Amino acid sequence: MLITSVRRNSIALGIFALVTSGILASTLLATEERIATAERRAAEQALLEIVPRERHDNDMLSDRLPVPESLWPLLGLKAGGDIHIARTDGEWVAIIVPAVAPDGYSGNIKMIVGINRDGSLAGVRVLNHQETPGLGDKVELKKSDWILGYNGKSLNNPSVDQWKVKKDQGVFDQFTGATITPRAVVQQVKRSLQFFEAAKTLPVLKARLQSTATVQEKKPSPERSGTLSSESATTGGNDHG
Amino acid sequence: MVEAVNYRAIAKNGLWSNNVGLVQLLGLCPLLAVTGSVVNALGLGLATLLVLVCSNLAVSLVRHNMSDTIRLPASVMVIAAFTTCIELLMKAFTFELYQILGIFIPLIVTNCSILGRADAFASKNPLLPSLVDGVMMGLGFALVLVAVGAVREVLGSGTLFADMHLLFGEAARAWRITLFDNYAGFLVAVLPPGAFVVTGFLIALKTAIDSALEKRQTAAEKPVVVRDRARVTGRVE
Repeated sequence: MLITSVRRNSIALGIFALVTSGILASTLLATEERIATAERRAAEQALLEIVPRERHDNDMLSDRLPVPESLWPLLGLKAGGDIHIARTDGEWVAIIVPAVAPDGYSGNIKMIVGINRDGSLAGVRVLNHQETPGLGDKVELKKSDWILGYNGKSLNNPSVDQWKVKKDQGVFDQFTGATITPRAVVQQVKRSLQFFEAAKTLPVLKARLQSTATVQEKKPSPERSGTLSSESATTGGNDHG
Repeated sequence: MVEAVNYRAIAKNGLWSNNVGLVQLLGLCPLLAVTGSVVNALGLGLATLLVLVCSNLAVSLVRHNMSDTIRLPASVMVIAAFTTCIELLMKAFTFELYQILGIFIPLIVTNCSILGRADAFASKNPLLPSLVDGVMMGLGFALVLVAVGAVREVLGSGTLFADMHLLFGEAARAWRITLFDNYAGFLVAVLPPGAFVVTGFLIALKTAIDSALEKRQTAAEKPVVVRDRARVTGRVE
């Protein structure tokens, strides 16, 4: 009696599981391609904001190499990331590196930093943060153009000891009511520039930058595909870091 | 419910008298978390509505094949499947909105109102009433979300319908209405406490309307000498 009831219920539940997973599988198959395109476009969008199409002619998304592990601390990375290279006619013009400011007001601030060949900043964008809405979130371009103030700056302009917010006798504006967030961003941008100085001399990066032929990477490994896409342009979401 | 299905009653129940957001107070987590702007609220409202309708339909369709023992696990499975489908669809078609709503899309599974309707209504009623019930309950919830979102967006950032292109494509970018120029922003409305306050005011408003209606009805009934009308609060189905 009990056995038959258990058996009947298990079979019914099993059928349910089969049908629902069938529905899931078909939805996944139907949307897979579109999702991949959307993720790719979102990732590319962030890169293009820093190095627009006029300044390069290669596919920055696939022209990339992993950040050398010895330099992860300078970028605040815990799990690595990819350097994207922008080129015109095979000559590299800028690189875009991922960076994480670990000391935001509420946790990590994920950004990407674009650095021109001459060591000046091509641009900085914040991809993901949990800063207070209305105060710290002015690091987003959507809320304020503060982040554009980095364009063209380099380690000599202003000098290294000026890379601070004004409250700390530096040159960068803080926000009314929020000093910690801009301070964290300024410091991480500075470290990213220092990363660039250190990385330039590394043989592995040098070789890759000098190679004039645009190297098409093999199929991206699954765990790395979409390092940027999964977090690009997310704001105020939950952290998964 | 008896044989003759009263669709009017179902609609009124879902949209007003038993509204998920304002009366049952279910699904408060998304209600408070994503209603910072109209587009976010509408996005999650529509997603919840779709899951609710699909799960109501599915549960109603198989209601004769579900014994009481497996009704709950089966319902949960159905709801989880539909939620994942919606998540995939949103990822494919409204990627940016998907990124903004983030964890709250998968969390639709845990919205008690969906399991509640599947269990209390769809598992006992035929297909069509279950469909209507799902639509009305979902619509009621979505309307509350959008109302809270609109109030918070106006108070918090001085705009209305900003970023609607995330949901409706580029043409909707122009829908943005700036109510106050150079608005400094009202932080409390943007933060979660603002959602509590706005929701509280909405509930108060609903109660006020209800009691005003009741008063008018009592006034209309005045000629009747003996008032034997039993007052019923909170309908039991």
